[in-house]
Amino acid sequence: MSKTVVIDPVTRIEGHAKISIFLNDAGEVDDARFHVVEYRGFEKFCEGRPFTEMAGITARICGICPVSHLLAAAKTGDKILAVKIPVAAEKLRRMMNLAQITQSHALSFFHLSSPDFLLGWDSDPAKRNVFGLIAADPDLARAGIRLRQFGQTIIELLGARKIHAAWAVPGGVRSPLSEEGRTWIRDRLPESFETITTALNLFKTLIDQQLKDEIGIFGEFPSLFMGLVGKDGKWDHYGGHLRFVDSAGTVIADGLSEDDYASFLGEAVEKWSYLKFPYYKPLGYPAGIYRVGPLARLNVCRYIGTPKADQELKEFRDRAGGVPTSSFLYHYARLIEILACLEHIQDLVNDPDVVSPRVRAEGGVNELEAIGVSEAPRGTLFHHYKVDEHGLIQKVNLIIATGQNNLAMNKTVAQIAKHYIHNSDIPEGFLNRVEAGIRCFDPCLSCSTHAAGQMPLHVQLLGADGHVIQEVFRD
Amino acid sequence: MSVKTLTIDGTAIAIEEGATILQAAKEAGVPIPTLCHLEGVSDVGACRLCLVEVKGINKLLPACVTEVAEGMNIQTNTEKLQTYRRMTVELLFAEGNHVCSVCVANNNCELQDVAVQVGMDHSRFTYRFPDRGVDISHKQFGIDHNRCILCTRCVRVCDEVEGAHVWDVAQRGAACYIVSGLNQPWGEVDACTSCGKCVDACPTGAIFRKGDTTAEKVGDRAKLEFLVTAREQQQWTR
Ligand code: SF4
Ligand code: SF4
Ligand code: FES
Repeated sequence: MSKTVVIDPVTRIEGHAKISIFLNDAGEVDDARFHVVEYRGFEKFCEGRPFTEMAGITARICGICPVSHLLAAAKTGDKILAVKIPVAAEKLRRMMNLAQITQSHALSFFHLSSPDFLLGWDSDPAKRNVFGLIAADPDLARAGIRLRQFGQTIIELLGARKIHAAWAVPGGVRSPLSEEGRTWIRDRLPESFETITTALNLFKTLIDQQLKDEIGIFGEFPSLFMGLVGKDGKWDHYGGHLRFVDSAGTVIADGLSEDDYASFLGEAVEKWSYLKFPYYKPLGYPAGIYRVGPLARLNVCRYIGTPKADQELKEFRDRAGGVPTSSFLYHYARLIEILACLEHIQDLVNDPDVVSPRVRAEGGVNELEAIGVSEAPRGTLFHHYKVDEHGLIQKVNLIIATGQNNLAMNKTVAQIAKHYIHNSDIPEGFLNRVEAGIRCFDPCLSCSTHAAGQMPLHVQLLGADGHVIQEVFRD
Repeated sequence: MSVKTLTIDGTAIAIEEGATILQAAKEAGVPIPTLCHLEGVSDVGACRLCLVEVKGINKLLPACVTEVAEGMNIQTNTEKLQTYRRMTVELLFAEGNHVCSVCVANNNCELQDVAVQVGMDHSRFTYRFPDRGVDISHKQFGIDHNRCILCTRCVRVCDEVEGAHVWDVAQRGAACYIVSGLNQPWGEVDACTSCGKCVDACPTGAIFRKGDTTAEKVGDRAKLEFLVTAREQQQWTR
């Protein structure tokens, strides 16, 4: 008799989610599904609003990566105005995104994932959190918290608020960086570099030793990768064009514009999930599975363009013997990206443009439809608006990172389940590993910020006729 | 002109005949919350925030449109008044669609300010979520009816100060709304001189400069007062 294990709810991941694990007659895992009941109401909510409000609205309502929505909305707004924003504005927006990626990745690594790595999957769940980490390794915990704070403070210095700053606006940004802000960033950079170097060395030791096997279990499979790249394939997070590579490292599509996303991205719908399944259209569904986010960005780029990060990128690729394809390596990729962000922030903070007062271009409604793209910490984010001749929103479509990683998250959960479940019993520590599998993708901020605890999980073991055989709760 | 003597919250004060209780309170240094009152234009008593108690009179009176009388004994901050004021503000919030976090006037809104002043932290009334529109057909400005509290300050400033009378009130009761011209899109009203006085007069985020994003609207009330004074004192007459 085949059975279904349901883990419900994996709450606070963009709304509400659950996991079902299907066992075959032999008690082995057949497949696993990660269901997301995503809240998409806000696309509707935006209709009828002036497009200039979109940055504020999406940054507020979504709350997953407020800065990323802010930037994507502002870029879409630029295209409705049909203006070229001042050079200084682009540099300032870039700086804010780099700070956002830094703080988000730091949160993911230090606050959420490192307790598992350092204290062990099967350690006391009551202590397996950032407080346990503070007790076990106070220096590392403190450094991690300060690194996150570094990113948050830059966002605050630029936008006058930590989150939800409606600072990026159609046409540019509201204000430049102050001289005091500049000095603060300069002063705090050396410490941030030191922290990320320590973290990188630590993580490399871990995957050489106690976390060696995880690479093969936590979502190791071939797929496409998509991300923005700059000119000649330089790592990018804000501008440039879209590129797809496969797991052999071959560029299969390049120079793609966000304007044409509908021609290369398809969105499949499954009965069992409210979240759509984007795929690379030319390969069809589900063969067109692709991943976005830190791992994808490092896989699509040719180089990063800063010395330290490029050296780490080379080692990252050498260690994998080619293209790193394990989802577990998202953690590693995050650390390399933090280093890249810090180096880029260092370059920008010394650029005279970031204190220039010319930061906002004006314009009327010159285009009735526009698509903007930017890289959120979790992956590529698209905003697509249609407006009337006055600029009132008629239609909104948002393609968010977590959605694009949907297929990959399913595969990762299935792989973990297959490894650990071998009969109708759910082994100790399994929930934590499933949770960690999902966390490789760092699916959302609200999930991330309940740093003191774990995701609430509800596992149900159901017979084919639907009656509950076994239940495990964790909340 | 004769002078009237009265007490406000126990303070004795003398003020010329014809003054309003609001003016007298101002003189006495007693703050009374207001919303529809705007220095420099006539008063209509629309918002009922300035209600006060007058000894010997059974009903509450709006301070902005009630003239002082000899021997009045006025209370401005009794428990009863506090209750009514908070209720009034709660009703204003429940009546429209106020999403402060994304509003152009956030942190710069008189409705928000009075909410703080009267100690309102939530509305006990069911929100109506009315289906109201946004008109951004004007080249420079926009009006979002969702945030309009029908104070008619825009109507009065446009009529009395600018002399254009673009705005008016249409319908009645819960269906009431502010119209431009003959219920035309604002951008099509010839009478509008695009002076922007209504933007500065509007206490909320209902009338705003186009392109303003969250918390970007800064209403400049002082400018209106300056204009009114300049005109009354004939400062511009050569
Ligand atoms: S008008 Fe004032 S109260 Fe209404 S949403 Fe805007 S800030 Fe809030
Ligand atoms: S638009 Fe503004 S000034 Fe005019 S009535 Fe509404 S709230 Fe008052
Ligand atoms: S200020 Fe007196 S009724 Fe509005």
